[in-house]
Amino acid sequence: MRVAIEAIGLAAPGLPDWPSAARVLRGEAAHEAVELPAYAPPLLPPNERRRATPAVRQAFRVAEEAIAGRDARTLATVFAGSDADMAILHRICAAVAEPQKLVSPTDFHNSVHNAAAGYWGIAVGSTAPSTTLAGYDGSFALGLFEAALQVVSDARDVLLVVFDVPAPPPLFDARPLACAASCALWLKPEGGAAPLGHLDLALGDGAETTLDAPALEALRLANPALRALPLLRRVARGEAGAVALPNSGGRALQLHWQP
Amino acid sequence: MPATIAPLELAAWTATTALGHGRGAQLAALREGRSGLAQTPIADAVLGDCGLQTWVGAVAGLDTPLDGAWAEWDCRNNRLAALALAQDGFAAAVAGARARLGAARIGVFIGTSTSGVLSTELAYRARDRDANRLPDSFRHRTTHNPQAAAEFVRLQLGLDSVALAICTACSSSAKVFAAASRAIAAGVCDAAVVGGVDSLCLTTLYGFNALQLVSSEICRPADAQRRGISIGEGAGFALLMPARAPGALALLGYGESSDAYHMSTPDPQGRGAALAMRDALARAGLPAAAVDYVNLHGTATPANDASEDQGVCAVFGARDEGGPPCSSTKGYTGHTLGAAGIVEAVYACLAVEHGFVPPSLNTRTLDPALRAHYALEAQSRPLRIAASNSFGFGGNNACLIFGRAA
Repeated sequence: MRVAIEAIGLAAPGLPDWPSAARVLRGEAAHEAVELPAYAPPLLPPNERRRATPAVRQAFRVAEEAIAGRDARTLATVFAGSDADMAILHRICAAVAEPQKLVSPTDFHNSVHNAAAGYWGIAVGSTAPSTTLAGYDGSFALGLFEAALQVVSDARDVLLVVFDVPAPPPLFDARPLACAASCALWLKPEGGAAPLGHLDLALGDGAETTLDAPALEALRLANPALRALPLLRRVARGEAGAVALPNSGGRALQLHWQP
Repeated sequence: MPATIAPLELAAWTATTALGHGRGAQLAALREGRSGLAQTPIADAVLGDCGLQTWVGAVAGLDTPLDGAWAEWDCRNNRLAALALAQDGFAAAVAGARARLGAARIGVFIGTSTSGVLSTELAYRARDRDANRLPDSFRHRTTHNPQAAAEFVRLQLGLDSVALAICTACSSSAKVFAAASRAIAAGVCDAAVVGGVDSLCLTTLYGFNALQLVSSEICRPADAQRRGISIGEGAGFALLMPARAPGALALLGYGESSDAYHMSTPDPQGRGAALAMRDALARAGLPAAAVDYVNLHGTATPANDASEDQGVCAVFGARDEGGPPCSSTKGYTGHTLGAAGIVEAVYACLAVEHGFVPPSLNTRTLDPALRAHYALEAQSRPLRIAASNSFGFGGNNACLIFGRAA
């Protein structure tokens, strides 16, 4: 399978957007693990913006960066992540452990894995297909796999958004993600203009690609969305070459990047 | 409009719900008009102290823990998956395909909405409140994490391709057919195991109840007095591969769309639903008039049934326009949520295989505002093409079309 990358969005501690992240990945700037500033998604209506959960904000900030104000109505979407909104899962599991079992109706409809995708479709007015999938630590690889399949099968542009936010205690101990993070790729069929380059994908064997710089390698392992960093490093540096992504069970996803 | 797709044969298929284990039990109950729903004391045995007055569709036979090598995967959701994989020779059929094609050539695509969340609920109940700690026995990756549903099935079947969990609420296990179709068409897999598993938990019972969508009576799809859903659990699987011979039971088309309307209320005009149905017809290369039966999403909430009616009438025509018979089977199984797509895909295939339209169960007085052709009595007649609708929170829609490969 071959797809083109039109645009990228990224948000992680010390990598607040794609241009800053690209400078760090090129070695032009040091990585400083500063917390991400708060984000209020401009595409959400004011009421929803105020109420948006941290997971929805985390997804929107990279989707909005990749779109950069362009019309997103015709883009199919693939959202992926390990665990949906773990703060909500925590509140609901705590609520049903009490005798009264008072679950917030808003929490419940925001608890579905595809909540961010639903808000995105409403925000941009898109009736295009939308898939949300779960892939544990392989969420980026599986999301990219599904998004690329949609690009080649339907010859259409697809927006991939991968995100996770850490759980509060006590759930945190069972799934200790070190930080909130997200990344987005706007994928296109090959053949037209490919502002950033082309990506070939296949399932195969191979050890996952790691990063040499200890701080960036720690970040890669801190959140499933940041398993994208070895690929993004090649994109940032304009370096053709192979990347292997683990898909958490089954075969690895073998990528070849051609700027 | 999308291009037509190559039909994918259902080389093996199965479902397990409150109606029983396997296809035969499903067909018998659909023919007898027998519901698997029961009032909540039965669920109390499963869920501890569920105090909700409602009806649920619980699967029998889930009390034995998974043991040995599978002990770390033990949770109600994976027990249900293991039970369902053992029906209708499904696991054996996959083993045969694995021997022929290779484990690396068969992908796994599983839908679930809540996976093994009941394990986390029980862990919270048993937590050390002073130390704010869950019990040491709690395992997240292999139970509650949604990918556990797909990875458990992959490991059970000894496959070595991808294990993709699709989590779009109540359309999850319909959309797995679309994902598998794309993977096979692109040559990434030669065959695919698709399916869905969702099991009873307090999160969905109390969550839907908080949204005032749970009926205290048994659910009554399309009824003038419908009050909401009854929640069920279920699992089902299909082994898909390019059709090997004409006449094989096959997936002919799929359609997916979004409402872009509201997180938990469907578009009242059913426009997103209609879009999914039209895309499914286009991929099947069929006109709407070719469809002989529509298995509705039909949750029995006032909003869902009214919205779906608009969509169905826009695409297939109303009762007085010669629209095809349609029915919801939620009155038999309850709403099996993330498993509804596969369970109702199996029912649509049973309808084709046996020339049988299952009637809408528990529907006493048809809502006069609904215009589609609701089947209130069982109909036995030749039936070539059946469609199945599945819609989820977030305005996520899917439609599947089944029939015989040409």
